[in-house]
Amino acid sequence: MGAIRLENVKKSFGNIDVIPGVDLEINDGEFVVFVGPSGCGKSTLLRLIAGLEDVTSGKIMINDVDMVNESPAKRGLSMVFQSYALYPHMTVYKNIAFGLKMAGEPKDVIEEKVRNAAKILNLTDYLERRPGALSGGQRQRVAIGRAIVRNPAAFLFDEPLSNLDAALRVNMRLEITGLHQELKTTMIYVTHDQVEAMTMADKIVVLQAGRVEQIGKPMDLYARPANKFVAGFIGSPKMNFIEGDYAKARDCACVGVRPEHLLLGADRGDIAATVKIAEHLGAETYLHVNADTIGPMTVRATGEVPLGENDRIWLTPDPERIHRFDKNGKAIAHQA
Amino acid sequence: MESKFKTPFGRFAYSAFAWIVGLAVFFPILWMVLTSFKSELDAVSMPPLFIDFNWTLENYTGILEQSNYFKFAMNSIILSFGSTFIGLIFAVTCAWAMAFNPTKRTKDTLLWMLSTKMMPPVGVLVPIYLVFRDWGLLDSRFGLIMVLFLMNLPIMIWMLYTYFKEIPKDILEAARMDGATLPKEILFVLLPMAIPGIASTMLLNVILAWNEAFWTLNLTTSDAAPLTAFIASYSSPEGLFWAKLSAASTLAVAPILIVGWFSQKQLVRGLTFGAVK
Repeated sequence: MGAIRLENVKKSFGNIDVIPGVDLEINDGEFVVFVGPSGCGKSTLLRLIAGLEDVTSGKIMINDVDMVNESPAKRGLSMVFQSYALYPHMTVYKNIAFGLKMAGEPKDVIEEKVRNAAKILNLTDYLERRPGALSGGQRQRVAIGRAIVRNPAAFLFDEPLSNLDAALRVNMRLEITGLHQELKTTMIYVTHDQVEAMTMADKIVVLQAGRVEQIGKPMDLYARPANKFVAGFIGSPKMNFIEGDYAKARDCACVGVRPEHLLLGADRGDIAATVKIAEHLGAETYLHVNADTIGPMTVRATGEVPLGENDRIWLTPDPERIHRFDKNGKAIAHQA
Repeated sequence: MESKFKTPFGRFAYSAFAWIVGLAVFFPILWMVLTSFKSELDAVSMPPLFIDFNWTLENYTGILEQSNYFKFAMNSIILSFGSTFIGLIFAVTCAWAMAFNPTKRTKDTLLWMLSTKMMPPVGVLVPIYLVFRDWGLLDSRFGLIMVLFLMNLPIMIWMLYTYFKEIPKDILEAARMDGATLPKEILFVLLPMAIPGIASTMLLNVILAWNEAFWTLNLTTSDAAPLTAFIASYSSPEGLFWAKLSAASTLAVAPILIVGWFSQKQLVRGLTFGAVK
């Protein structure tokens, strides 16, 4: 069981409000991702939940009990740190066993739990090694093992994959998702990488400057961003924003079109443009173009498109999939 | 490692300079040891005798018969290790607080502590002497341990502080998440990781306390007197006995010299830790 509810949680460092007030409901067994640019307060929010930082005001309810004044250990949560934070002087076995030892569990119970966790994480052969003798991925698994054995109400992950190389990151992403499906424990995962957020989350919380910009399922955020910030942050390459006359003609201050929602035409379309850079990936092609009346835009085309520098093309936004924003950046609902 | 000096002459000059400095530093110790094996007459002869004198052990046998070397040595051991042990307890906790829970004033506190080392000890001799007299601490090991402990505490805190700063805070937080209480966090996680730093802090402090002469000479007479007082006792009103004085000095510095020799690697690492990445 691990339902977590934040009620008007605030955090200030001196005069600076890092978290001006967050309300959030996390259901038992949910995989929630906090995503946002660096410095948006997502890690601070996680550390507040963990108890590593004290809240300035507000309540943190874990399974309907206010845990704001409890020590980190009493909250029944486990955390996986970005730096892994393994104990370098202990073997893998002792690293994983440390929490159980602190809880005063009997030796045979510790042994069984550690062996079990090691089996799940493919660490059985490494139990007698020190962290220094492990690869990045293995260290990451030890950190996860240390979290699993305590059978926590929820797992907290603080950018756990950012120290790994790209290929390993994809692997560990799948492993963590698989682990969540197997354990069905609540997980809160902090990342600045929107791809991780989109692929892993049941629910994404987009943060900016300590404020929650939008909460929702990945596809909801993609299809119906609440504002320009979320629209620009979710999705890669970034959404194109068009202002000026083009937007005025559509009754808004700004029109947003995702690169994958622009149709390419050889001699007809809404917007004329010149290709500046073409990135050929095989499965898809990214075109960085300069539109005549609008300026730089990005286009994503499926498959190989034989275009290069200075080629002239026409672009047509898919009218069903354009996003309109008012002058404050808030999304204007689609006309029915 | 490749030498920076490309020409043979450059290399020669470099080694020669290093040897000169090394010998200059070592010469007094060498001379002291040589003198300790001379007769009193040879010790003051002009020109000085370097090797070709009558080697004798009479100074050593004389000293060990006349005075209680082992009592002084025991006092030195108790004072230096006692003050170091108490110092470590305070320094570890202080350094932990400053390294992992700093406040706006932490840097000021550290500098202020260091500034107390800049004051000449003789400036506080009278008040401390009076306090010791009134509290009956004169010539007591306990009193001297306290003085040596307080005197070296700033250096211990500084050394441990710079050492602890290198330890990632995440690891201590992980221990906290794992349910370690503060004493357990320090005992099971911080201390094992900081063993090299603690060892070098301990060593340096033992050496400093062992060699400390100002307070040990001024606050003791016999009961708590360590080896520094033992050496001083050979410069008597009846005149200086150079050979005996040298033998006493050799006996006094020998233990710490041997300890220092074997642990110099550890010491250098501790003193330069954090200076080079």
